[in-house]
Amino acid sequence: MMAALTKNFVGLGRRVMNSLWRIGIGARFLSLILLNSGISFSRFHLTVKELFFSGVMSLIIILVAGMFVGMVLGLQGYETLKRYGSESALGSLVALSLVRELGPVLAALLFASRAGSAMTAEIGLMKATEQISAMEMMAINPIARVVAPRFWAGVFAVPLLAAMFSVMGVFGGYLVGVVLIGVDEGSFWSQMQSNVDFQHDVLNGVFKSCVFGVVVTAIALFEGYDAPPTAEGVSGATTRTVVESSLAILILDFILTALMI
Amino acid sequence: MGSLEYRCLKATGVYNVLSEALVEIRDVNFAYGHRPILKGMNLTFPKNKVIAIMGGSGCGKTTLLRLIGGSIKPTSGYVKIGGQIIHELDRAGLYAMRRKMGMLFQFGALFTDMSVYDNVAFQMREHTNLPEEIIHDLVMMKLHAVGLRGTHDLLPAELSGGMARRVALARTVALDPMLILYDEPFAGLDPISLTVVGNLIKRLNDALGATSIVVTHDVQESLKIVDYLYFVADGVIITEGTPDEIKASNKPFVQQFINGEMDGPVPFHYPGGDYQQDLKLKSIERVKNNKRKVTERYFGLDRRQKKK
Ligand SMILES: Nc1ncnc2c1ncn2[C@@H]1O[C@H](COP(=O)(O)OP(=O)(O)O)[C@@H](O)[C@H]1O
Ligand SMILES: [Mg+2]
Repeated sequence: MMAALTKNFVGLGRRVMNSLWRIGIGARFLSLILLNSGISFSRFHLTVKELFFSGVMSLIIILVAGMFVGMVLGLQGYETLKRYGSESALGSLVALSLVRELGPVLAALLFASRAGSAMTAEIGLMKATEQISAMEMMAINPIARVVAPRFWAGVFAVPLLAAMFSVMGVFGGYLVGVVLIGVDEGSFWSQMQSNVDFQHDVLNGVFKSCVFGVVVTAIALFEGYDAPPTAEGVSGATTRTVVESSLAILILDFILTALMI
Repeated sequence: MGSLEYRCLKATGVYNVLSEALVEIRDVNFAYGHRPILKGMNLTFPKNKVIAIMGGSGCGKTTLLRLIGGSIKPTSGYVKIGGQIIHELDRAGLYAMRRKMGMLFQFGALFTDMSVYDNVAFQMREHTNLPEEIIHDLVMMKLHAVGLRGTHDLLPAELSGGMARRVALARTVALDPMLILYDEPFAGLDPISLTVVGNLIKRLNDALGATSIVVTHDVQESLKIVDYLYFVADGVIITEGTPDEIKASNKPFVQQFINGEMDGPVPFHYPGGDYQQDLKLKSIERVKNNKRKVTERYFGLDRRQKKK
C-alpha cells in the first residue's frame, strides 16, 4: 500500500519535473529564436513567404468559423437580451464578445490546429530527413534561416486572423440579428459604436492575440525542432502542439483577462 | 603519430606524394552515452586524395563523419582540419571551416520545398553576393557536371533515387569545397547509377583539387575509385592500404568483406543473451508445471498418484 503510494508519488514528481524541464528548454529555444531574428527582418521576403503560407492556410477556416460564431452570438444574444427588453444592445454584445474574447481565443485555437500543427510537422520532417543537419553543415544557422521567419510570420498572422475573425463575426451577428430577426439596424450599429472602446476593448484584444501568436508559434516550432527524427516522433509532436497550445491559450486567456480588467 | 600506421603510409607512398595531411584524426574516442562507438581511432587524410572508410552498418562511420564535420565532440583525442582542432573552434570559426567543406548526406537531404535549381543555388545565395545571372550560370554548370541540367525545375520528390543523389552531389560541390565528405554515396543505387556516382566523385575531386572522404560499405565500387582505404570494425581501424594492397590482402576480415560472406570475423549475430533463454524455453517448463498444479487442484489428484 505504502509502496504503491510512494511509487505514484515519485512518478508524479518525475512528470512534473520533466514538464518543467521542457518549459525551460522551450524558453531557451525562444530566446535563441529572438537572438537569431536578424535575417527575418533584413531579408523580410523570407518572413512574408511564411506569412503567406501560414496565414492563407488558415484564412478560409477563420472566415467561416468567424461567420458562424457571430451568427450564434446573434441568436443567443437576442434570446437573452429580449428577456430584459434590450434587444437594441445586440450590436454591442456581439462586438464586445468578439473583440475582447472570442476573436483572439478562437482564432488562435484554429491557427494552432491548422497552421501550428503543419509547422511542427514540416520542421520535424526537415529534421528527420537531415535537411536541418545539411543546413548546419553548409554553415547556415537553421534557427535563423528556417525557424525565425516562421516564428515572426506566426506572430504577425495571429492578430491579423483574429481581426478578420471578429469582422466576420460582427457580419454574422448582423445577418442574424438585423436581417433575419429584424432588430433595428440603426441601433445595432450605433450601440456598437458607442459601447466599444478602442483602447479598452480593441487594443486589449489585439494584445491578447499577439501573446497567443507568440506562444502558439513558439510551441509549434519547438515541438517540431525537438521531435525525435522518426515517423512516430513527428506525429507525436504534431499532436502535442495542438494539445499544448490549446491549453496554453485558454490558461493565458484567463490570466490576461484577469490582469487587464 | 602511431608508428605502425605511419610506416604503412610511408610504405604505400601516400606520404611521399604529398606530405601534408588535410585531416588528421588522432586517438579519437567517442561514446553515445555509456556506449563506446569509436575506441582510439587514428586516421590521416592527405590532400587531393579520395579515401574510403569502410565497415559494416552501425560500426560508427557516420559518427566519424559527424566528428569531422564538428557536429559532435570526441570524448578524447582530436580531429584536425588544415591544422586546426575542430572541436576547439567557436561557432564562427566552425562555420568558417564548414564553408570550405561539403557533405553529401546518406539520403541526399535535399530541401524538399525547393526546386532542384534552388537547392543548388541555395548556398550561393546564402553565402555570396553574386548577381542572379552569375548564379544561374554556376548552377547550370554544376548540374551539367552531374548530367542533370534538364531537371532544374523539378522538385526533389520528382527525382529517382540515383538522380536525387546526383543533385545532392551538385549541391555539395556548389561552392567548390576543399574537403568533401560522402556518407554512403552508393547505398541503394542500381549498378549504372552506382558507377556514375563513383566516377563523379573521382572526377569532381580531381577537378576541384579537393580531398574526398567516402564512407561506404560498397567494396567493389570503392576499390575502383579511391586512393586509400581504411577498414573499421568494433571502433578501431583493423586494416588499411591502397586498393591493390587490399585486394592482395589475405586477412580474413578483408576477405569476408570483399566477398560478402555472411559469417566470419564479423559475426552474423549481434551480441545477445542465450538463444534458448530468449526463446523462453524456461517459461514453457513453467507453464507445464502450472498445468500440473491446476489439474491437482481441480481434480484433487495428481496423475502420478492415480497411476499408482
Ligand atoms: N544519436 C545517437 N544516439 C545514440 N546512439 C547512436 C546515435 N547515432 C548513432 N548511434 C549508434 O551508434 C552506432 C554507430 O552509428 P553510425 O555512426 O550511424 O553507424 P554507421 O554509419 O557506420 O552505420 C550505431 O550502433 C547507432 O545505433
Ligand atoms: Mg551511416
